[in-house]
Amino acid sequence: MKYTPVIGLEVHVELKTKSKMFCRCSADYFGKKPNTHTCPVCLGLPGALPVPNKKAIEWCIMLGYALNCEIPPFSRFDRKNYFYPDLPKGYQISQYDQPFAVDGEVFIKQEPNSQNKEKKIDVRRVHMEEDTGKLIHEGDLTLIDFNRSGVPLVEIVTEPDFVNPFEVTEYLKSLKQIVRYLGISNADMEKGEMRLEPNISLRKEGEKRPSYKVEVKNINSFKFVERAIEFELARQREILDKGETPVQETRGFIEKTQSTVSQRIKEEASDYRYFPEPDIPPFRWTDEQRNNWKTEVKNLLEEARKNSPKEKANFYVGLGVSNASGASISASKYRTQVFEAVIKENILPKEQLGKFGNFLANKPEEKIDQNLVPNLTKQLINQFKSSTTTADIDDKELDKAIELVLRENETAVSDYKRGKENAIMFLVGQVMHNFPQKIDASKVKASLLAKIK
Amino acid sequence: MDYLKLKEFLIMTELNSLTIKQAKEGLIKREFSSFDLTEACLAQIEKVDKKINAFIKPIAPTYDDVVSAARKADKLLSSNQDLPLLGIPIAVKDNFSTMGIRTTASSKVLDDYIPPYDATVVKKLKDAGAVLIGKTNMDAWAHGSSTETSDYGSTKNPWNTKHLPGGSSGGSAAAVAADEAIAAIGSETAGSIRQPASWCGVVGLKPTYGRVSRYGVIAMASSLDSPGPITKTVEDSALLLRVLAGTDEFDATTSLPPVGDYTLPVVDNKIKNLKIGISDEYFIDGIDKEVESAVRLSIEKLEKMGAKIVKINLVKPKYATSVYTIIQRSEVSSNLARYDGVRFGKDRKLFGEEAKRRIVLGTYSLSSGYYNQYYNRAAKARSLIVNDFEKAFEKVNVILGPTSPSLPLHAGASENAAMFGEIADILVEPSSIAGLPGINIPIGFSKSMLPIGMQIIGRQFAEDLVLQVAHQYEMATANENWRKKRPNL
Repeated sequence: MKYTPVIGLEVHVELKTKSKMFCRCSADYFGKKPNTHTCPVCLGLPGALPVPNKKAIEWCIMLGYALNCEIPPFSRFDRKNYFYPDLPKGYQISQYDQPFAVDGEVFIKQEPNSQNKEKKIDVRRVHMEEDTGKLIHEGDLTLIDFNRSGVPLVEIVTEPDFVNPFEVTEYLKSLKQIVRYLGISNADMEKGEMRLEPNISLRKEGEKRPSYKVEVKNINSFKFVERAIEFELARQREILDKGETPVQETRGFIEKTQSTVSQRIKEEASDYRYFPEPDIPPFRWTDEQRNNWKTEVKNLLEEARKNSPKEKANFYVGLGVSNASGASISASKYRTQVFEAVIKENILPKEQLGKFGNFLANKPEEKIDQNLVPNLTKQLINQFKSSTTTADIDDKELDKAIELVLRENETAVSDYKRGKENAIMFLVGQVMHNFPQKIDASKVKASLLAKIK
Repeated sequence: MDYLKLKEFLIMTELNSLTIKQAKEGLIKREFSSFDLTEACLAQIEKVDKKINAFIKPIAPTYDDVVSAARKADKLLSSNQDLPLLGIPIAVKDNFSTMGIRTTASSKVLDDYIPPYDATVVKKLKDAGAVLIGKTNMDAWAHGSSTETSDYGSTKNPWNTKHLPGGSSGGSAAAVAADEAIAAIGSETAGSIRQPASWCGVVGLKPTYGRVSRYGVIAMASSLDSPGPITKTVEDSALLLRVLAGTDEFDATTSLPPVGDYTLPVVDNKIKNLKIGISDEYFIDGIDKEVESAVRLSIEKLEKMGAKIVKINLVKPKYATSVYTIIQRSEVSSNLARYDGVRFGKDRKLFGEEAKRRIVLGTYSLSSGYYNQYYNRAAKARSLIVNDFEKAFEKVNVILGPTSPSLPLHAGASENAAMFGEIADILVEPSSIAGLPGINIPIGFSKSMLPIGMQIIGRQFAEDLVLQVAHQYEMATANENWRKKRPNL
């Protein structure tokens, strides 16, 4: 039997606002002492009320625009009621039928051998909600840390448009890049700032839509999403081949075994008893507000794309830097900063920029403060200059040294003549060894070549 | 003078029976101190509260804390500090969070809960110099109109302890009626200020929804809850509202319109040509005859004062009851979810019958498949009621009617009556649903010596007009004989 994979994605992104979604506690909870970033609101104490974070809402809407969504003029928060010990109010403030952004699309690269270069993925909705606390299991005890409770979360839901893990990864890469370009989250997967939940099923030939859906949770890397999807597709295919239907359920990804296991069986959608959050008045956006956000997003993305590593690398190559060095510089914030400073301040003559770029590309990566860049640039320029200043040498002395080296390294010479180009660099090195001072390698190479031919 | 003598003296002087306005004058003229005033209230509590149980026991804050707050106020008074409530003892309903002071909402679930923060209303009272004298009894979680569902014993009506004080702010209304405090704070979802004020013969103001912050008030139905003052006079009500009202950065539902000076002197011609709307639907079948005739008599008095009485048709209050019941129960079921016994408070099995009933009903009406049939329809009907009032206010300035269809009922009347509150509050529910301001003012007594109240309803944020009309009525009837009566406790 032939099956087509039907894969959709739910992605949660934690925004990097200063304060939490509904109170003034710091949202920077990662690695902090448990329950130190809390207040009556995020602890859900009696009488406490949520006051929405304006910045977070703006960022959510901007992400909506960046994903080519519609921003409805009317929107509101709803309560999603369910019990879990990490949910202090007994409900999560989320959005149900009036999210901030709907009906978007993202274009992704397709597998190298496919017919079309690009594929459109539909984004169903982008909505805002609050994160929960964190349960920590210690032996028989379960402890709760509420530092994460109320941290702003944006959920991005796609239509089930993906047919293979490659497409999923391409989408995720592009989503992560957009989030970073907008500067609204670091989307650091290891810190849980970006969480992935694929829903996976197989559609039989002739079938309109599969009769079941499997959700996989607990995935914290792009690699694992691929693994989870591959594993699920194989598992489901096996079940379908037997003439059975896979169970509709939520499964967890187990890193150790690179497989998924059943967590919770979902007969039908859980009853969260959604209703409009009475503590927060609904939102009505003006055309002006929406136009401003749209323009801001357009400008941010244009600016970011101009500054993207790929664009930068191309620009550096245009200055005479090798392809590899261009990529190496643009991939590093530190090297980019130094190189841009050198270009901007005309520290070196234009024709030396390429050489300096190649020199810089081989310097080890360093984490540095913005303020230290000028000093470091000065140091590197000095190193570069001393490495390129060469002593003048007498032509006769050079000829003598070359002849000596050619005589002593006949194998290398014949290797070179047979087409082994590397051999010439070996000979250059040998010649240079004959001089105590630093001499110009390109001059040595030119003389050597003249002699060999 | 030894302490017992002092207490006798204080009771004799009846400082505790003063209004805020009178007490302020006395304090400023140094006729007495905040300490004297506070001691007089405490003495009255000691004397009468075992009969009416208006306060949750043990009374919090402690005697020492109350006295030291009064002494602090006296210090400020002696340095001529001018704060609107400086040195005035005020009682607060027990669903307002008070930092470091037990706050139970009259439910054993919160028997040992001590909030780490003050409700905005409490903070405003403190900032205005008030002395918090105690936390008053209420229906558990504010679920009720009798104060009989309290887990700390029911409150009794000070005018006749065999009768109910109304609720849910029954403790606050009874405390003011019994002169145990100079004034009190209550909260109303639909009737919980006006109805007990009516049954206890005091003034109770439910402000526009969003006029007074809900931050720190243990939520009943979030889209309806409105804190407000319960006082001896309309003037005091205006004075307190001025302190309490305003936008709060901790409550997103507080509204922007600027806070009026509700205490401004009343312009004499306010009543003249004022169009007062009367709806026959509010004199419902089964209304107590004495209540009806007392209210109709008051309407005649207002007419004599120059008001124009205009007949209006409002949607029958019973429809508001249905809408209110569904919205309120739904929100309750969600609001009480946090009392799961995981982090604070006690086991869920301590929830009383009424709370459990509301949780079950609210959960049901929000369930998938029923949401459209119940909650969604109620929300739509709610906007019809809002429109209905808007239309009425195109014709009239205020609407007037009885506050409660009955006299205070006998103790025990709420038992086994699941819809007791909804029926007792039938005449205040429509305006609550619409978020409108309304005030109860006492207008006399029944032959059986039980208080009768009348309500005046205004359009949103028209507290100033509502207060002025109520004040003028109060002034015009100031010399009526019934006003001299005091509860005999």
